[in-house]
Amino acid sequence: MYTQAMDTLREEGGQPVLRTAEEAALQQRFDQRIDAGDFIEAKDWMPENYRKTLLRQISQHAHSEIVGMLPEGNWITRAPTLKRKAILLAKVQDEGGHGLYLYAAAETLGTSRDQMLDALHTGKAKYSSIFNYPTLTWADVGAIGWLVDGAAIMNQVPICRCSYAPYARAMVRICREESFHQRQGYDSLLVMMKNGTEAQKAMVQDAVNRWWWPCLMMFGPPDDQSPNSAQGMRWGIKRVSNDTLRQKFVDAAAQQAAVLGVTFPDPDLRWNEESQHWDYGAIDWSEFWRVVGGDGPCNRERLADRVQAWEEGEWVREAALAHARKSELKEAA
Amino acid sequence: MSDTNSEWPLWEVFVRSKAGLDHKHCGSLHAADARMAVQMARDVYTRRQEGSSVWVVRSDQIIASDPGDKDMYFDPAEDKVYRHPTFYKLPDSVDHM
Ligand SMILES: [Fe+2]
Ligand SMILES: [Fe+2]
Repeated sequence: MYTQAMDTLREEGGQPVLRTAEEAALQQRFDQRIDAGDFIEAKDWMPENYRKTLLRQISQHAHSEIVGMLPEGNWITRAPTLKRKAILLAKVQDEGGHGLYLYAAAETLGTSRDQMLDALHTGKAKYSSIFNYPTLTWADVGAIGWLVDGAAIMNQVPICRCSYAPYARAMVRICREESFHQRQGYDSLLVMMKNGTEAQKAMVQDAVNRWWWPCLMMFGPPDDQSPNSAQGMRWGIKRVSNDTLRQKFVDAAAQQAAVLGVTFPDPDLRWNEESQHWDYGAIDWSEFWRVVGGDGPCNRERLADRVQAWEEGEWVREAALAHARKSELKEAA
Repeated sequence: MSDTNSEWPLWEVFVRSKAGLDHKHCGSLHAADARMAVQMARDVYTRRQEGSSVWVVRSDQIIASDPGDKDMYFDPAEDKVYRHPTFYKLPDSVDHM
C-alpha cells in the first residue's frame, strides 16, 4: 500500500517502474514493520520516497531551529535585566542544539550537513515561515516563547513517535528542553502585565496581536488542502493532522491569554459549548503562501544573515581542520 | 561548499549521567579533532547537568552488526529459555534462591 507514492515518484521522474522480486519483498517487509508500529533505523532498507520525505522534513526542521535563533538573538544585547539576558541566551543556545540534533538525524539518511546547509543558503530548502516576521519590541521575545514555542511543542510532541528512530530520538531530547522555552516567555509577559506601566501592557498586547495569526499558520494548510499528509500518516512520519493540532493549540492558548490578561485579534474567537472547543476565524492563507514563497517581512534579511555567518566562519572551519591534520601527522611521526 | 573533504568529521557521543552508571550513546556531532569533540559534547549534550563524564569516538571507527543479519544473529537465543532463572520452578520454601 505504500508502494503507490513510490511508484508515482518514479513515474514523475520519468523513469520506468521496474522492481525486482527482491525489492518487492523488502518493500513488503518494510510495510509490515510500519503497520506493526516498529521503528526504522538508519541502516534498514526503506523506500526511496520515505527517505526523501524524511530528509526534506528533518532538514527543514533543522534549518528552522537555526534560523529561529535570529529573531530572538536580536534582543540578547538589549534584554532589560541580567536575569532575562541569561535566560534568553540559554534559550537561543538550546535552539542551536536542536538544530544540531536534527542535522545529525538527517545525516543518517545519507546527505551531509554541508549539503543541507548549501540547500538552505541557495534557497532550495525551506524553513518555518514564522521566523520571517520581525521582533520589534522586547515583548516580542516573550510572545515568541509563549506562542511560537507553544505551537512548536504541539507540533513536535507527536513526532517523538515518528517511525524513523533517529528523528524520534532527537525529538524526545528536544521536547524535554522546549517546555522551559514556553514557560520563560509566558513568565516574562506575565511580569509586564502584572507590574508593568500602561505602555508596557500595550506593548505586550501589540506583540500578541502581531504573532497570533502567523502562529496559527505554523500548523500548515488545512487538512483538506494538505495532499501529502495522508502519505505521511501512513508512513508514521506524521501522527496528528494539521487542523487537530491547531485546534489543540487554540484551546490551550485561549485559556492562557485570559490568565495573562490579553486578547487575540480574532472577533470570531469564542467558546463552543457543543464542541467543547474554541471556535476561531478564517486564516488568511494568502499571507502564508506569500511568506513561504519568499515575500515575508524578513525573508531576505534572515537568509543573508545565515549566508554571512557561514562565509565568515569558513576560515575558522578550515584552520581547525588544518590544525587537526597537522597534529595527527606529528603524532604519527 | 558541499565538498565533503572540508567537512569536520562526525563523532559519536557517550554520556555517563552519574557516577556508577554506564556511558550511554546520546547522539553525534561534527568536530575537527578529539579535544574539540569533547568540548562540544559538553556544550551540546550536557547543558542541564545530564552528565558527569563524556566519551567521543569517530563515527567511522565503529563496527556494527549488519541489520540484514539481525534474525540470523539474534534469534538463536530466542528458544533458550533455560538461560533465565524463571525457567526453574522450585519449592516455595527455597524459591528465593
Ligand atoms: Fe527548538
Ligand atoms: Fe524552543
